[in-house]
Amino acid sequence: METTLREVIKQITFKHLKKFKGQVFGQNLTGVGWVAGTLPKLYEKDGVIELPMADVANGGMVTGAALVGRRPFYIIRYQGYNWLNCIFIVNYACKSKEIWNKPAPMFIRGLSSEGGLGPVSTSSHISIFYKMPGIKIYSPMTKNEYTKTYKKFMKSDDVFYVSEHRKSYENKIELKNSLKKNLDIILMPISVTRFEAEKAKNYLNKNGYKVGIIHLYELKPFVLKKKWISMIKSSKYGVLMTDNDYVDGIIRTLAHKINEQTNKKVYVLGLKDKSAGYTRETSNFPPSALEIITKIKKIKAKKRL
Amino acid sequence: MSYKNYRLKTFEKASLCRNFENEVFKRVNEKIINFPVYLSAGQEYVPSSIAQIVKDKKQKPLIFGQHRGHSIYLSFGGNIIELIDELLGKKTGCTRGMGGSLSINSNKINMFGHEGLMGSNACMGVGACFSSAKPTIVFLGDASVEEDYVLASLSWAAKKELPILFVVEDNNYAVLTKKKDRRDWKAKDVAKAFKLESYDIDDQPKNIFSVLKKNLFKKPIFINVNTKRLFWHSGAGVDEEVKGDRLTVEKKFLGKKAEKIHRNIKKKIENLWKQRLEK
Repeated sequence: METTLREVIKQITFKHLKKFKGQVFGQNLTGVGWVAGTLPKLYEKDGVIELPMADVANGGMVTGAALVGRRPFYIIRYQGYNWLNCIFIVNYACKSKEIWNKPAPMFIRGLSSEGGLGPVSTSSHISIFYKMPGIKIYSPMTKNEYTKTYKKFMKSDDVFYVSEHRKSYENKIELKNSLKKNLDIILMPISVTRFEAEKAKNYLNKNGYKVGIIHLYELKPFVLKKKWISMIKSSKYGVLMTDNDYVDGIIRTLAHKINEQTNKKVYVLGLKDKSAGYTRETSNFPPSALEIITKIKKIKAKKRL
Repeated sequence: MSYKNYRLKTFEKASLCRNFENEVFKRVNEKIINFPVYLSAGQEYVPSSIAQIVKDKKQKPLIFGQHRGHSIYLSFGGNIIELIDELLGKKTGCTRGMGGSLSINSNKINMFGHEGLMGSNACMGVGACFSSAKPTIVFLGDASVEEDYVLASLSWAAKKELPILFVVEDNNYAVLTKKKDRRDWKAKDVAKAFKLESYDIDDQPKNIFSVLKKNLFKKPIFINVNTKRLFWHSGAGVDEEVKGDRLTVEKKFLGKKAEKIHRNIKKKIENLWKQRLEK
């Protein structure tokens, strides 16, 4: 049976603990479902450390573990808690190498949900990390992407933020870019919206549109490849980016970077600028395939006018 | 080492710190140093006493200080010239000119720089101590011990029985707001509630010696040391005249030998500053 992303994360974590004597920190690690089944069933003697319910302090304590070279994994079970956990990570761990020549490499696993969890925990919150110097941010949705990200971490002495999505854990397939010259529009989805963007692309291409896709998972540093620039420049309407963080977050920053390098219009679809409740009617969901399709149809219609 | 010898050695360290800070005071007033400076004059007996005990025990702990850290750096053997250079913003400084006064660091003495968020060093010190199992000292102030994340760190250090020493240099002020206007609890009582061995003492070296000689780095210990800040919270100025300055009291007690040590160190520090300023 083909393995899932969940299984790959579990294997990587096991290797990190056993082979590299690393540590895994977090809250409720061993208690509820072993982090959606991504954590091997190990305990403190193996390096799996249950932290107290003190999120702000915990970010600092893991920074301390990183400063003494234990290359900790730090699991934040809901990205909403990034707001509490990020303080000492972004203000100390990320700056420590540059200011004091003391790197604090850590691998932060931030788990995101996809709506329905209220005002804080419903979505991604990576934008608050994004603006700070000294951090690398990835959002791998496939097994190869996750493995590559971990390998990069082990060769690096930087802080890595790895934005995970519960919805991706069952994923078995690799998501591939689809690009050629003179497309109508190119989708550049981030994180869990990549799955819906794939659906939208397939639908539109069957219905007379020419839509390409560039799957983004290396978010910071963000590099726009030469081939991508050339394809975007040759496209009719530019780019549509999608994300599961708020629309005024990281996605607008990236859109601006793309616009600067291609001089093409870059549209964005993220979480709406509103607070989220818990029901289908009140929550704030990431853009669906239908919303992406509708947006592209509108872009095309507007251009024709 | 006899207590008498310990007292004299501690004085020597404290004298180094005081003379250094007096020179920094001058350079701030002369506007040679133009960024915020946090002078530790008056409080130097806290790190000096602890550093001497640690030295006698032949330990090399991880040290997590805060903004008022010059005396910590010097007491534990940080390079004086590199600290002068740091305060002059030179690349040869202990933090390559990036640290200013607040964020000083030294790999040689295992001192970790501070980023400016008060009390963050308690969390990092606890994490570093837990993950390395190395003896660790965290220096806090009476204000930073009020931060919620400091309390959480004390709790976890107690739970994990870490070889860590928490030191509160209690000068009674958060900038200029007195403790009595900020809280109705004693740090020692809170630490005790977390099941830490805890003390509330003044900065006489005898007191510090007596509470640390037995269990230092054998279990987590918390000491709140009442001390006096001679100068402004930041910059070179005097808020009010301080009575009972520890260095003056000790110098008087130790007599001519101490006076001679103090004179010689003063001269040495003045010369070093002069040389570095001429470079």
